[in-house]
Amino acid sequence: MAKSRFWLYFSSPKTFYPFSGKLIPWCVGVAAVLMAVGLYMGLLVTPPDYRMGDSYRIIYIHVPAVWMSMIIYMVMAGWAAVGLIWNVKLAEMMAGALAPTGAIFTVIGLWTGALWGRPTWGAYWVWDARLTTYLVMLFLYMGYIALRSAIDDPRRASKASALLAIVGGINVPIIYFSVKWWNTLHQPFTVAPGQESKIDPTMLWTMMIMVIAFWAYTLAVSLIRVRCDILEREKNSSWVAELLQGSSAGNKQ
Amino acid sequence: MIWSSWSEFIEMGGYAGFVWWSYGVTVVFMVGEVVLLSKRKRTIIQRLGRFIRADRSKRNAE
Repeated sequence: MAKSRFWLYFSSPKTFYPFSGKLIPWCVGVAAVLMAVGLYMGLLVTPPDYRMGDSYRIIYIHVPAVWMSMIIYMVMAGWAAVGLIWNVKLAEMMAGALAPTGAIFTVIGLWTGALWGRPTWGAYWVWDARLTTYLVMLFLYMGYIALRSAIDDPRRASKASALLAIVGGINVPIIYFSVKWWNTLHQPFTVAPGQESKIDPTMLWTMMIMVIAFWAYTLAVSLIRVRCDILEREKNSSWVAELLQGSSAGNKQ
Repeated sequence: MIWSSWSEFIEMGGYAGFVWWSYGVTVVFMVGEVVLLSKRKRTIIQRLGRFIRADRSKRNAE
């Protein structure tokens, strides 16, 4: 009973709005500090790779961006499912707020991958399993965003796009295991749970710092975006009226 | 610090184009997302604030 009330408390936009507002500065702070440390380590401290030279430094943004884009997709599909099954408005909004950031990280992943592929493999792009399934994820993100904005009623838009997100979720494990299932040009797992890492510890640490920085960045921007969506969807409710009147008079936020 | 000079850092062991285009485009996308988002937030708060004040003054007049 107490547990269900706890979740009800946070699933209400009225309580989530101020709560998430307190989280954002922390996420921004963590992202900024860790990105500064990660960039300093990645560009100035870590040694060049013995085979790839300095081109490997793209790893410090390529891997975090690709990981985040896949994690965001799974989280987005998860929120979409919660919204669809239990009819939770806040979950629907969370799913929608994650999509643009996920799409941006997918574009960054493709772009940095191409620029790393050219000096390493001799080609910007090849139609192999890993790259093709990853490109499909970009189309899924774009389809999701387009479908959501094409339907005027936000509840119906959320329901229709949730189905697309959930069905498209099958693509994420295919991307992940593609290097195992098929012969691809892309290298197999370098860092994976349950196996010893195959890269130098300083390089691994720098990459992990960037991964955490990208996590914090994602949390910050998706919370800011979901707060915008909450204001727009709840604009006729009394708590938004009170909040905005207070903020325009006292010039807060 | 592994670089002995500024120009050596810029050259990136001969991979300057690949490395700097990767980092540059990433920075543009991420900073761009933050800028557009904060702009959107400001517009919403201003617009809804105006809307709410107008609504209240209309109700007071009635």
